[in-house]
Amino acid sequence: MPELRYLDALNRAHHEEMARDERVVVLGEDVGAKGGVFGVTAGLLERFGEERVIDTPLAESAIVGCAIGMAINGLVPIAEIQFADFLHPAFDQIVSEAARMRYRSNGAFGCPLVIRVPYGGAHGTALYHSQCVEAFYAHVPGLKVVAPYTPYDAKGMLKAAVRDPDPVLFLEHKRLYRIVRGEVPEEDYEVPIGPAVVRRPGKHLSVFTYGWMLHETLRAAEMVQPEGIEVEVVEIRTLRPLDKLTILRSVAKTNKALVVYEDNRFCGYGAEIAALIAEEAFEELDGPVMRLGGPDVPAVPFARSLEEAWMPDADRIAQAIRRLARY
Amino acid sequence: MTPEITAKPQHTNLGLSDGDVLRMYGYMVLARVLDERMWQLQRAGKARFVVSAPGHEGAQVAMVWPLDRERDWFVPYYRSLAACLVKGMTPTEILLSVLAKATDPSSGGRQMPGHYSSPRLRILSGSSTVGTQYPHAVGIAYAAKVRRTGEVVVVSIGEGGTSEGDWHEALNFAGVHRVPCIFCVENNRYAISVPLHKQMAVDSVAVRAAGYGMPGVSVDGCDVLEAYRVMREACERARRGEGPTLVEFRVERLSPHSSEDQQERYRSPEDLEAARRRDPLVRFGGYLRSVGLLDDTRDQALWARARREVDEATEAAERAPDPDPATLLRHVYHDPEPDRPADPVYWIPRE
Repeated sequence: MPELRYLDALNRAHHEEMARDERVVVLGEDVGAKGGVFGVTAGLLERFGEERVIDTPLAESAIVGCAIGMAINGLVPIAEIQFADFLHPAFDQIVSEAARMRYRSNGAFGCPLVIRVPYGGAHGTALYHSQCVEAFYAHVPGLKVVAPYTPYDAKGMLKAAVRDPDPVLFLEHKRLYRIVRGEVPEEDYEVPIGPAVVRRPGKHLSVFTYGWMLHETLRAAEMVQPEGIEVEVVEIRTLRPLDKLTILRSVAKTNKALVVYEDNRFCGYGAEIAALIAEEAFEELDGPVMRLGGPDVPAVPFARSLEEAWMPDADRIAQAIRRLARY
Repeated sequence: MTPEITAKPQHTNLGLSDGDVLRMYGYMVLARVLDERMWQLQRAGKARFVVSAPGHEGAQVAMVWPLDRERDWFVPYYRSLAACLVKGMTPTEILLSVLAKATDPSSGGRQMPGHYSSPRLRILSGSSTVGTQYPHAVGIAYAAKVRRTGEVVVVSIGEGGTSEGDWHEALNFAGVHRVPCIFCVENNRYAISVPLHKQMAVDSVAVRAAGYGMPGVSVDGCDVLEAYRVMREACERARRGEGPTLVEFRVERLSPHSSEDQQERYRSPEDLEAARRRDPLVRFGGYLRSVGLLDDTRDQALWARARREVDEATEAAERAPDPDPATLLRHVYHDPEPDRPADPVYWIPRE
């Protein structure tokens, strides 16, 4: 089985889905000749032509709004927005239009489209190329929100998203593109939207996380292992719909829960997980449900010193784990 | 030179039969009667809200008339009552949504009245956020072009909506990709209360077309036949693969914006009187009389038939069931509620 980078796995999924189904089209800024700002759509224009690989005007609301119309009239669009920070102009089209189409038409019109978005802080991406936007969208009924971590999941979940009858916001942490590698089968497979996955079994406490924070959490779990703390790490690779069962089972096993997320801590996605555990697993808990989130500043500052001060990392996660383990 | 004594009527020159123009007039009458009924139902406390469009009927009938009713798409806005009737919605279907009944085909009672939708008739569901339907229409037209279906898309909006970013983004996208879409703007000079000169610094929406590389036409929307001529040309252009057209219809809004509005607060009596003098029903009725297709007897019969039809529709809609509260959670996703808790402690149905 070939080992691929995260972005190559996504690229494979695009090629395979476009070859499999001629209704699949890709649209966004620079998705054509350039192959996307991160290279995820490389080679598609040459292979599938301008009608199906659309370099759009620089207008995010139109990209999503036109994708909605395409989905209504028989195409299966994959819209790429260059950075999650630039998704805000399309917020209305995603929230009030795509996500609500089925409900407001009483089930008559569906809206099968995928919106792919690189998100999260990386090296020098600064205030407007590094935001975490998942909490805004996971809040919205009618929308599915996924954030796979492994290249295997990236390919399989993108395929699942393309084949899903509902709008899917597909979040790609931009640190994963070139750093994370993994085995990716050449054949067709789907990783279903929904199930969470235990990435590391443990018995003393559970950490629930996703995106780049999974990477840091797995490192933190290694760091505390010699201290006798066995951490269970659960990846929430689908943020909505949420796999509550896997979360509650893990809490029932370890009796302690820490939620780690990169977004601003206040009202961040982790708050929903924490509330779920507090409400539905109260009697299983041997300590407070804790959250480690990003600091409550607008986004990652550009200067190296500020960026390093900002980023939740393995050291901080290990500190939080030790604190929770002491209960 | 001998005067041509057998000059054909204007509609004949446009390829419309006598039956066609009488049917067009019939739809305008039906829309007016239905509109009045919506207000009566609201004033009687049976409808919680209405938004209507007397004065827009002529433009709307002309707008949809050149379309293939089954194949082509219409993307409406909240005033598109007459247009939706021409596309194929029935008065009963309209009143089911006015009364928010379970069998309302637009939304099953989930949306306010005026949010017309019908997959059967290719009328796309819209939101209340003005302008968002424009990119949808472009996407539908793009798909029609790529899939080579031959479909044409007509989308409409008021002139206030042309200030929205989505409106401009959609026209720009459509101009680049030359999609088969006709962008209609029903300019009644008021966005609720904000007059045209505070909405835009140009006199006509149509001039904006130049910025998007497409023809822009401004037409008197109270002149049904001229409006039809413009729309027919735009549709033919779209079908030939020559791309989109922007059409401004200059119309009058004879009613307040909605049942929550009193237009006397911001429109002068002279302004309202001038608007009433341009009523497209009076004008088109006058044309039909001038060519011998209408007289008092026939006119009265047409109005009486429309009133009967609307009475019957009202009775049918009032008899229809209200939505079952148990359906509240349906149709959020295609699959039945993937994230509904197994033990619904968070959403507890009323006993």
